[in-house]
Amino acid sequence: MAAVQGGLIDTEEEKDIKTEPANDGCGNNNNNNTANDGRLLNASPGSISSGGSNKPATGALEDQQTLLAVLQFLKKNNLSESVEILRREAGLSEDTEDSKGLDSSGAGSGGAAGNVDSESGDANSLLSRVSVSSSAVSASAVQAPSKAGAGEDQPDVNVVLSAYSQQGDPALYDVYYSSLKKFIESVLDCHRAELSQVFYPLFVHMYLELVYNNHENEAKAFFEKFSGDQECYYEDDLRVLSGMTKKEHMRGNETLLDFRTSKFVLRISRDSYQLLKRHLQERQNNQIWNIIQEHLYIDIFDGMPRSKSQIDAMSGSLAGEAKREANKAKVFYGLLKEPEIEVPLDDEDEEAENEEGKPKKKKPKKDSMGSKSKKQDPNAPSQNRIPLPELKDSDKLDKIMYMKEATKRIRLGPDTLPSICFYSFLNAYQGLTAVDVTDDSSLIAGGFADSTVRVWSVTPKKLRKVKSAADLSLIDKESDDVLERIMDEKTASESKILYGHSGPVYGISFSPDRNYLLSSSEDGTVRLWSLQTFTCLVGYKGHNYPVWDTQFSPYGYYFVSGGHDRVARLWATDHYQPLRMFSGHLADITCTRFHPNSNYVATGSSDRTIRLWDVLNGNCVRIFTGHKGPIHALAFSPNGKFLASGATDGRVLLWDIGHGLMIGELKGHTDTIYSLKFSRDGEILASGSMDNTVRLWDAMKAFDDLETDDFTAATGHIHLPENSQELLLGTYMSKSTPVVHLHFTRRNLLLAAGAYNP
Amino acid sequence: MQLVKWKLIVQTSSLSSIGVSMADREERRFAEVPRESVKLMAESAGVELGDDVAALLAEDVCYRLREATQSSSQFMRHAKRRKLTVEDFNRALRWSNVEAICGYGAQDALPFRSVKEGELFFIEDRDINLVELALATNIPKGCAETMVRVNVSYLDGKGNLEPQGTVPSAVQSLSDDLLKYYQQITRAILGEDPHLMKVALLDLQSNSKIAALLPYFVYVISGVKSVSHDLEQLNRLLHMVKSLVQNPYLYLGSYVRSLVSSVMYCILEPLAASINPLNDHWTLRDYAALLLSHIFWTHGDLVSGLYHQILLSLQKVLSDPVRPLCSHYGAVVGLHALGWKAVERVLYPHLPAYWANLQAVLDDYSVSNAQVKADGHKVYGAILVAVERLLKMKALSLSQSAEGGFSSQPGSVVGALGYGVSSPGLSPPPEPLSEAALGIASHLQAGGAGCPWEEWTPVPLPAMYCELYSFFGDSLAVRFSTGPGFGSYPPCTPPQPNDARKDPPGPAANPDTTRKMPQLTANLNISPRQDGSPRTEPPPPSLAATGPGRSLARSSSSSSSVQRSRSSSSRSGQRSAGPSRDVFPKARFTTPQTGPPAFSFLIGGRQMGRRCQGRRPFQTIFAPTPPLSAVLPRTYAHKLPVIGRVGKPVRRWACSHYSLHLPL
Repeated sequence: MAAVQGGLIDTEEEKDIKTEPANDGCGNNNNNNTANDGRLLNASPGSISSGGSNKPATGALEDQQTLLAVLQFLKKNNLSESVEILRREAGLSEDTEDSKGLDSSGAGSGGAAGNVDSESGDANSLLSRVSVSSSAVSASAVQAPSKAGAGEDQPDVNVVLSAYSQQGDPALYDVYYSSLKKFIESVLDCHRAELSQVFYPLFVHMYLELVYNNHENEAKAFFEKFSGDQECYYEDDLRVLSGMTKKEHMRGNETLLDFRTSKFVLRISRDSYQLLKRHLQERQNNQIWNIIQEHLYIDIFDGMPRSKSQIDAMSGSLAGEAKREANKAKVFYGLLKEPEIEVPLDDEDEEAENEEGKPKKKKPKKDSMGSKSKKQDPNAPSQNRIPLPELKDSDKLDKIMYMKEATKRIRLGPDTLPSICFYSFLNAYQGLTAVDVTDDSSLIAGGFADSTVRVWSVTPKKLRKVKSAADLSLIDKESDDVLERIMDEKTASESKILYGHSGPVYGISFSPDRNYLLSSSEDGTVRLWSLQTFTCLVGYKGHNYPVWDTQFSPYGYYFVSGGHDRVARLWATDHYQPLRMFSGHLADITCTRFHPNSNYVATGSSDRTIRLWDVLNGNCVRIFTGHKGPIHALAFSPNGKFLASGATDGRVLLWDIGHGLMIGELKGHTDTIYSLKFSRDGEILASGSMDNTVRLWDAMKAFDDLETDDFTAATGHIHLPENSQELLLGTYMSKSTPVVHLHFTRRNLLLAAGAYNP
Repeated sequence: MQLVKWKLIVQTSSLSSIGVSMADREERRFAEVPRESVKLMAESAGVELGDDVAALLAEDVCYRLREATQSSSQFMRHAKRRKLTVEDFNRALRWSNVEAICGYGAQDALPFRSVKEGELFFIEDRDINLVELALATNIPKGCAETMVRVNVSYLDGKGNLEPQGTVPSAVQSLSDDLLKYYQQITRAILGEDPHLMKVALLDLQSNSKIAALLPYFVYVISGVKSVSHDLEQLNRLLHMVKSLVQNPYLYLGSYVRSLVSSVMYCILEPLAASINPLNDHWTLRDYAALLLSHIFWTHGDLVSGLYHQILLSLQKVLSDPVRPLCSHYGAVVGLHALGWKAVERVLYPHLPAYWANLQAVLDDYSVSNAQVKADGHKVYGAILVAVERLLKMKALSLSQSAEGGFSSQPGSVVGALGYGVSSPGLSPPPEPLSEAALGIASHLQAGGAGCPWEEWTPVPLPAMYCELYSFFGDSLAVRFSTGPGFGSYPPCTPPQPNDARKDPPGPAANPDTTRKMPQLTANLNISPRQDGSPRTEPPPPSLAATGPGRSLARSSSSSSSVQRSRSSSSRSGQRSAGPSRDVFPKARFTTPQTGPPAFSFLIGGRQMGRRCQGRRPFQTIFAPTPPLSAVLPRTYAHKLPVIGRVGKPVRRWACSHYSLHLPL
């Protein structure tokens, strides 16, 4: 990967990407890891092993342990500089060992795991280069502390949990917590809300300490007494915790590892923090103070303390809020310039008659359609920041078709709502797990729990296979209709079934040119299917655990996948190994989406955060917190500026990518939101949910209402207007059909799809 | 060891219930595995376990169980399901390197059985006889193919006006069989063979699988407009309507409107066939009117406002003097068929205005006017029948309500309801809901709910009677008793069923009355006291036997539509047997001695057609009624055809007289 990266940057040759597999291979052999990558490297084994949490822990290497212990010690004493230095220095030798060790130890989990590790190692060496040289340090530093522990738990839980070895009197935990609670309840209102954030992480860590030190009964009592005080959105985590009453249980528990390995991030105003600090020091409440020092990251800001609603809006994720620095990196959210394509205007009679002025008139016409494409958007990445495949003739034709259709597009708004067509999957026997529709709405594909992928043609044009090789040789290749001749009429049918997976197909995505179909499955693979021959072309192995989602880049060629192993991977169709690995999520990656300019990838996760990753360097450039449940749907606005996300909590949140802010909350759904889609012009946001409804929201208004003054932008404190009801334009019921997929046709007709569950 | 642990799951409660119990916070969150279970399992595996070991194991099992449930819920979420399946759980197990549990994949819930001694639950695991299974003849069908269907759910963000998928899907799913059926049926009905037609109609009436064809049949029926020259075809189409309406398996939905408009066409339009006086289009109109009332009574609730729409259009026709008399006739019979309330609301207020026109027609004796005059007599007859029914029903309703009020018999209320439902022609359909229940006593409720004629107020019966009498004179065959009357109605008089039997003022009872040209062919004697309930009401008019030769008056020859009391029905055979028996029983007034509340009247219809050429249909000369005690000695001197004479004495008589009886 490093080589890949280097190749891209140094040579700036787009076509180089084709030669990358070789580089990749080389890269894999020499796993040179600098210190900085330690965190990512560590993260990957951590995540992998935690994914397979019930496996016996992989064997540990003593050297590594020692080093890690030292690291831990340094960290504990807040010698972060030294930690960094030690890592960087030790990384070279130690991490090689590490990865080797993992390679050997992880043999049980398949060779691919080893590959993965080395891959990431590669990536990280590159990343370190980037981050050292560039200003991305902050972005990467964000991850560092949170990731540091990840690798360490696996070797030996005890090392990780060593922080817990300090013994307080178990009986006093209760007292400590109560006294803090009393204190916080007695402080001024403006501080109380902020300081109350401390409760949950404190509670968790105190409980875990009790459990770790084998005070089972005290732990249970402690849990009984205080679990009710916690915010309701932590319920899921509390449930997991409550089951954990023995030290042995802590081994390999994912949630636990999340708590242990990542610092819970709190944002507290300076005043409030001082108040807390003073109190704890006065009372000599060292137990709590230690926990705050060790396990919490308090992001102190100057200014007014935040209100309860502001805090509630942003909290809820597994590891607290995102640090402010995490969202400071610049994101090029603008769209790429569209290639110039001459649109034949043969269907415009008026133009045809106008002989002389014709060529001139043509241009403004084209401009009006793709005005954004004319001028370079200042927020857009450079055209070749990410090498994109060259347009083929067929792609150009399709672009022309697209533009023609676009002229017939209906402009939607609160007064002109789209018509909705519903594609019902009948006789799916509760087995429909994923749906996708091609951009031109000519094909629809479904992924099923019985491991099949089915493709339907929704136009009268039937699906045909290409003829066999023997038959193809008989064809006159010079003829004009050769493309028609290669198709085998005998195979024409309305639908085709693709067999190949060995587990439910959870993610499915058409390539933009409609030649390929991707499917990701529980069997840990992503498969690429040809829609010409209706056969499987490639099986991309790398995840090793269920792959929950996959999506093609809007320009084709690249695709992203994410799954249970908490790592999102970027692939190119002609590489059997991933080009990038995006790791940082603390729980399963549940959905993945490409930014319209293909330079970024958004991933939603069960850790209730959304991350935006830079495809170029693999950095996490945005962390969005605020959802209270696993995120199952993501959608970028067509202009690339905004992101919408839907979760099991039934809420849709809107994000400003440029500023890294939450800018809207759409309440209304009563069940998990499984699909989100913006209309082609971005005026309407459609959301489809398990509650059998499609809801339409006034996206324009939601974005216009937003006021981004400097203060808000700087601090990230948002005041969300309670305007869900105003923004809700309509609720549309289906007949016991959960809405699994939504799609706007090029003319802005809304297609919804789902399986009828009688 | 792990293996042992996992097998224990079987002994715990059902897997999905764990998921459920974890969801609610307050409840006990987890399934607990007691150490005894662990020991038991261990024993069965041949291992001896100490108590402490078992306890530890039990706890660990619980924990692992929770963990597996947790991760299995993830599979459920990603499969976009709400139900946690065994398959999900097995996946979680597999990913935790634990053997999956087989044999629990069945779709339906597994029944747990408990053993009384010791709280042990287990799943019944019956032996399956494979041989039997293999040789079974009922081979399960394969699952239907998964498919995608698209439908436009919402247009421009608005809901589809058409009910989802009824019409289009029906059209789409028209199978070849149905198409054949449709062709055969339409051919048979519109074809030559009457027998085939009967069979086809019968099938149409009872076939349960033709819902998809309904739109087509409705379309065919709407073809009435194109065959207005052919009475026979019109008749057949109407029969088709009848069959469709009577088919219990069809949900007509909004097609009712279309059917009604076709029927209305037959009732109201000056059909091409009516140009030829030889064509008996009158019968067609009668039949269509009857059909209309039937559609109403069975399907009137499907389309809101239909009742009033129809009344309005009938009213429009009636008030349009340009329309031919046959249209007017249609309007009148239509109103009549819709019930006496419709007559009261529409026909009665229109009568004064209409009368002038009709009179003009009837008074014109020129030869050129002969045909028109004949038509006029038809209309006249129809109006007469309608208003007579009106008077009768109104009086009945009054007496009913009076009775209900006095004796407050619950039975009468129930009877009233039943009556409302069962007798189509008598009161409006239950469309304005309040009227349904008040069908009889609705005079208490001025201008019922939902009535568009706000200005309409019920005219008191005496006034109405007076006015009608001024028009029809003695043609009005309804008389009211002049007994002690309602005013002095004894409140608690027990019902006297015998009254009815005493009442019948059969001709035999009055042999002395001599009448010329008696036209009355059926009479009704309703004694409200009779049986104390409206069960005396005739059955709802059935559409069954309406032969082509039927005449306007629901005469004695057609037993179906005539309102006839028991007493008179016994006579009807006699009556129709010979014209010599056509003695007009003018009016039979119960003497006060026969029973105080008894109040009886007779309806005079007329029999027309072959026998009397329509020339002088109403030429009835009434001899003075035998002066029964309370009847004013009144001589009916005037002779027909003096229609609509407005004689002062008449009016005075009516007014003064009637007021005695009905203190309204």
